[in-house]
Amino acid sequence: MSGINRRRFLGLLGITGGAGLLPHAAEAQVVAPLPPKAPAFPGPTDQEQANEKAALTGQQAYTFLDIPERYFVEAAVARLIPADALGPGALEAGVAYFIDQQLTGAYGFGATWYMRGPWGIGIPEQGYQLPLLPRDLMKVGIAATNAFCQASYGQDFAELGTAQQDAVLTFLDQSQIDGPAVPPTTLKAFFELLYSLTIEGFFADPAYGGNRDKIGWKLVGFPGARAEYAGLIGQYQNKVYVVDPASIADADGV
Amino acid sequence: MATRLPSVDVVIIGVGWGGSIFAKELTDLGLRVVGLERGGNRDTSTDFRLPNYNRADELRYAHRGDLFQNLSRDTVTFRHTTHDTALPMRQLGSFLPGEGLGGAGVHWNGQNWRFLPWDFETRSQTLRRYGAKALPPDNMVADWGVTYADLEPYMDKWEYLCGISGKAGNIQGKIQPGGNPFEGPRQRDFPNPPLTPSYGMTLFQQAAAGLGYHPFFTPAANSSQPYTNTYGVQLGGCLYCGFCERFGCEAYAKASPMTCVFPVLLPSPHFDLRTHTTVTRLNLDNTRRRVTSVTYVDAQGLEYEQPADLVLLTAWTLNNVRLLLVSGIGTPYNPSTGEGVVGRNYAYQAGTGATMFFENQVFNPFMGSGALQMAIDDFNGDNFNHAGLGFIGGGSLTLSSTGARPIDTHPTPVGTPRWGSAWKTAVAHYYQRFLGMGVQAGVLAYRGNYLDLDPTYRDAFGLPLLRMTFDWGPNEHAVSRYMVPVLQRLASAMKADKVSVGPLSAHYSIVPYQSTHNTGGVIMGTDPRASAVNKYLQMWDVPNLFVVGASAYPQNAGYNPTGTLGGLIYWTVDALKNKYLKHPGPLVS
Repeated sequence: MSGINRRRFLGLLGITGGAGLLPHAAEAQVVAPLPPKAPAFPGPTDQEQANEKAALTGQQAYTFLDIPERYFVEAAVARLIPADALGPGALEAGVAYFIDQQLTGAYGFGATWYMRGPWGIGIPEQGYQLPLLPRDLMKVGIAATNAFCQASYGQDFAELGTAQQDAVLTFLDQSQIDGPAVPPTTLKAFFELLYSLTIEGFFADPAYGGNRDKIGWKLVGFPGARAEYAGLIGQYQNKVYVVDPASIADADGV
Repeated sequence: MATRLPSVDVVIIGVGWGGSIFAKELTDLGLRVVGLERGGNRDTSTDFRLPNYNRADELRYAHRGDLFQNLSRDTVTFRHTTHDTALPMRQLGSFLPGEGLGGAGVHWNGQNWRFLPWDFETRSQTLRRYGAKALPPDNMVADWGVTYADLEPYMDKWEYLCGISGKAGNIQGKIQPGGNPFEGPRQRDFPNPPLTPSYGMTLFQQAAAGLGYHPFFTPAANSSQPYTNTYGVQLGGCLYCGFCERFGCEAYAKASPMTCVFPVLLPSPHFDLRTHTTVTRLNLDNTRRRVTSVTYVDAQGLEYEQPADLVLLTAWTLNNVRLLLVSGIGTPYNPSTGEGVVGRNYAYQAGTGATMFFENQVFNPFMGSGALQMAIDDFNGDNFNHAGLGFIGGGSLTLSSTGARPIDTHPTPVGTPRWGSAWKTAVAHYYQRFLGMGVQAGVLAYRGNYLDLDPTYRDAFGLPLLRMTFDWGPNEHAVSRYMVPVLQRLASAMKADKVSVGPLSAHYSIVPYQSTHNTGGVIMGTDPRASAVNKYLQMWDVPNLFVVGASAYPQNAGYNPTGTLGGLIYWTVDALKNKYLKHPGPLVS
């Protein structure tokens, strides 16, 4: 983390310039009093019970992320798509597990990406030009972000309050965090990877481990895989078509 | 060392739309045809049939690119100008080339346009009506060497192959109510009636008509009812499933080489289909005026040389250009002199879009079909007076209901954060309450926009990648600026509560998806110094080689390119059957 960026970060949180001279622990003391974590999602839902049941069966396990990485991803997706008054969010939808599973497979290895050198630094219009595979970018990004959080707060990202977490994610999104070996553009690419995987995991078919109980589809009213609307499209003019969404597994089971 | 195989009559490189139709027509004559397809085999009746709901998998098909070109083997490099260094397109984005049997004809949407008569004579008609000053500096705008009237019977043939759904606007010169009054005259109506419009399309239709424009149904290669095509193949009726573009069709309703041609082609004893075969070179004889064979690598990594009397290069646009360049066929285009023919006049499609949000109306956006779309052509081609406007051409303006799969489609109004509770709230609220509208504008050819071989980067076979040098020109920006208020006017007329209009980006970016409407590089024309193929898509230099694709377009029009290409395919079939095969040699001297 460069001093300039850290000062900008602290400045945003209302810390005076002098605060940058404090030891990390003291900074954390000053920065810490922020709104509490998001209110607990009210009551045990069917979904939570289903998750608990799924966990008990032991069929789903993280196979790529290590424990600190898993905490990071769980905390991050919970901020990107939080549980709130509208209902459960990305964490509850199993998005962290989805990300783990994507990274452990072909996508994580960039199987369909062109990954031959030489490597050049292009302009944004030329797209991704890093030699890092998605699985590498995730690990590099988590480590650099946790290093930033340790330097600023003395805590890993997952241990921060939600407002601090949101601030860190905002800085990643805005390319404002860097470190000696990880420039802001790399951390921005990391954020975009995390972001796109989170969206995918929230809305992809539940077969991939996210969108549990079709949480994402129910949020927007997407009917899922049993998609046959001939006849209906003419009937449902300015009238919401409501149906219990069907996953591939549901539809194939008919 | 390549194994030399026995000679055949015809080798086809790339078995998509063009390859399958040529194979069908030429095997019907009794010719022995070999089809070389670098991707795998594929069959609608087993890959996409119902019940098989995993075809409705947005992650697999739309995001992981199941039907698309695998870039780990080859890609293109890209830069804006000759002063920049091109870098590889490492991930798919701007365009989505197909791979495997059927090519991009499997995963297209099916928006099936005939280009306007003006589009084929852009240069001469512009000079005639507006004078040379109307053309931007460094333009390479050209006439095609064929006219709309030449191609009309062949576009008709294509439309009856595909079972196009629509409503004619001009039958033999007589304007038809409800159709596109600006279209060129057609001999008869479409084979199928229009699809059922969505609610959003109905709103657009009313608003556009109220403003004095002329709304009509986009001609759709999504059959609105069961249909038996010109080869006797049965198509089904569209289910409006909303998984069309980027997906295979489970209902046999989207026209594709699999649904329209393969059932009658594959049983032919004269057709020899070889999948997982990558052509690496076309071989010339020592006069350099005749292709003697093509070299390919098969699925075992073994190299073969397949001799043939006639070679049809029917790969995708960019691959047509690249195979000619790596084979040393035709003079490569040189942007500093403006000379040379292979790689020139690369063009694309320029988009200007609007997203509208409605507080009190709902649209069920997941119901849709690839070409379920209402359009106006009032601002396309030379359908409006351009005097004093500072640009030529324009684009089709459409409101589509192509299906809103939620990973990709969850729009929010400007000012909404990208994530967090506010984002989530907006997504939940607006998913049912948005409509998308857009202008698909043509792109002119410019001296600096071209394709050549990259000096640095190579593919899995050790061959140079194609290098794309491209950016928007002044005409594209001027069209977009002109279209923004048109879109705003329509949004107001539709009573949208909020609207976000996205004009053309300052510079072309290879990152966001725009369209797979890449054109040019092996353009057709009347002058061998300024075109690579003659009006029958026959290489000027090498008469037993035909190069078929949107690579032939001298510039791109304000429409999806496939419908016009279908006409060109049948036009070329006719030239082969009735001219070339009777007297092999140059068809234009």
